[in-house]
Amino acid sequence: MNRELHSFPGGLRITTHKELSNDKISIITPLPDRIILPLQQHIGTPAEPLVKIGDKVLKGQIIARATGYVSVPVHATTSGRIIDIGDYSVPDSLGLKAPCIVIEPDGDDIWFDIKSTENFESVDPKALQNVIREAGIVGLGGAGFPAHVKLKEGTESAVDTLIINGVECEPHISCDDRLIREKPAYIVAGTRMIRHAVQAKHCVIALEEDMPEAFEALERLIDDDIELIKLPVKYPQGGERQLIKALTGKEVPSGGLPIHIGIVMHNVGTAAAAYRAVTRGEPLISRYVTVTGELPDPRNLQVLIGTPVRHCADLCGYQEKEGEVIILGGPMMGMHVQNMHIPIIKTTNCVLVSSTFNRNPEMPCIRCGECVDVCPAELLPQQLYWHARSRNYERLREYHLFDCIECGCCAYVCPSNIRLVQYYRKAKKEIAQEERARRGADHALQRFIARNERLEREMQEQHDKKDGMSDNIEQETDKRAYIQSAVERTKAKREQLKKTDSGTDE
Amino acid sequence: MSGVLIILLLAAGIGIFIVNNKHPDTRDQERLVDMIDSLLPQTQCEKCGYSGCRPYAEAIVRNQADINQCPPGGQHTIRQLAYLLGRDIKPLNPAYGKSGPKTIAWIDEDICIGCIKCIHACPVDAIAGALQQMHTVIAELCTGCELCIAPCPVDCISMVLTNRAGHRIKLKPETRSAQVSS
Repeated sequence: MNRELHSFPGGLRITTHKELSNDKISIITPLPDRIILPLQQHIGTPAEPLVKIGDKVLKGQIIARATGYVSVPVHATTSGRIIDIGDYSVPDSLGLKAPCIVIEPDGDDIWFDIKSTENFESVDPKALQNVIREAGIVGLGGAGFPAHVKLKEGTESAVDTLIINGVECEPHISCDDRLIREKPAYIVAGTRMIRHAVQAKHCVIALEEDMPEAFEALERLIDDDIELIKLPVKYPQGGERQLIKALTGKEVPSGGLPIHIGIVMHNVGTAAAAYRAVTRGEPLISRYVTVTGELPDPRNLQVLIGTPVRHCADLCGYQEKEGEVIILGGPMMGMHVQNMHIPIIKTTNCVLVSSTFNRNPEMPCIRCGECVDVCPAELLPQQLYWHARSRNYERLREYHLFDCIECGCCAYVCPSNIRLVQYYRKAKKEIAQEERARRGADHALQRFIARNERLEREMQEQHDKKDGMSDNIEQETDKRAYIQSAVERTKAKREQLKKTDSGTDE
Repeated sequence: MSGVLIILLLAAGIGIFIVNNKHPDTRDQERLVDMIDSLLPQTQCEKCGYSGCRPYAEAIVRNQADINQCPPGGQHTIRQLAYLLGRDIKPLNPAYGKSGPKTIAWIDEDICIGCIKCIHACPVDAIAGALQQMHTVIAELCTGCELCIAPCPVDCISMVLTNRAGHRIKLKPETRSAQVSS
């Protein structure tokens, strides 16, 4: 099958530095002293703890259950004892703390009683979605959207193409590359499962040209049912919208989802996790993480979720040095972290140690327009920058700030070293905050109006009651007067009668 | 000739515009009140000196009140009002209060005697309870207007900070007493 390839607008061709870590076999990380599992490692509502401090748990046991639809459970990643449930530092660009469950491993690593699903092709797609949800699988590409939600969308509307995204476009990161090379069978089988779960007509696995070994490994295993495509290297090709554009020539509408044009996309890591969940019943408890940058031994690790970053870095010979920055994720989109005791979570794909990070001072914008040429979302970064600085939220919306994928291309080419993405992130946060406040204010106003109406109604009712009572009094007096008059009339009549009686007697 | 006509027409148009602007009819005023009201935080806290957000908006339109009298809205609201009305941005007038992070009312349930005075004071019905029963503030609905504080006969209501989800940040006892006393 030959697919006509397209390209997305803008983008960059940058040195990838993947050779640092991608040719060494991954190692399984030994158990750390403690495992820290945040209750929220995905987009959506946090999970709810099911365990108490002091409880013994086994590997793969659900320790926090999903709350709501866009939520997934959290599993213990090794056997041990729960030593704390409380706020710990988590991967967060602001360095905030969030509720976590802490496990002290007992070293035995005993599995919980897990059930596998045999013969997935005969299983109902909905049941398969449920298995994937119960296994706590989220998109492993970076955003961490619960995988079952994307699968469900698939069964609700016709899916033309399922794309498995193996395009690892960010420099330095090679965890997907390593995963494909080492476990190609998992990916192919997982792809078939996801395809069954969404009932897709076509199925594509997409890679970039700089992963020839991974391509060969997959090529040996696939049949005609799956297309394997190699794309020229370009950043940010791994972005969902960019990859769809490159593979199909179609654009996802602004504010829309890929499913609106009949496409569902999952990461290769998600496919491998789905395979493990279905055929072995193993929940998502470990992942491939690239530890790279200025380290003696950069490589990929198979890390249990919840392992502290420091533990992983130490395995690669990390020595603390002055002026270094630790980045979780790639150099383009990753977040800086101060504290290395934060855990690796489901969406952590890379730990990057760098000392050459851009620290040049920001200079004024010279309106060169480089950023416009490289923007893959076809936005006007310069205009967004002005309006973000002047906090003109209305104009930011007009310039489609929310279509920005924060890829960092604009900041990369900026000759004035302006950290453009930081401004956009801040503006997005502020707009979201303002909208929340606005919704709260609207709600408060409704309640205020409703209360005033109620008070008025109550007053009216009381008033009516009073009126009613005075009417009664009048009626009462009328009645009395009527009785009185009747009594008097009868009296008079009697008198009359007496008189006439006596008259007749006389 | 036509040029003169165009200029005359333009002049007439501008004249009508100016006249209309000088004497805005009540409908325009109503619309302006709506726009100002939509920028106010709707806490109904009466800190501005008026009986609610809408009366304050009306007073601004009538030029009886300035745009810097809303402490819960703070500098953000002042900026938006200044943009809308084409006025200068100015600092919040401290005579009407200070702006700060959002707080919500919180009832100390050990002290509450169930007198329902706060329930009557709450402008948005955010306090649940009944006579002789313990009361509680529904955190999601509380606007932080502080109107319930004064009527409470046993001083069991205090303003507390909230987290991002709008829930009370539980403070340690010593910090709590410090906050209550301040």
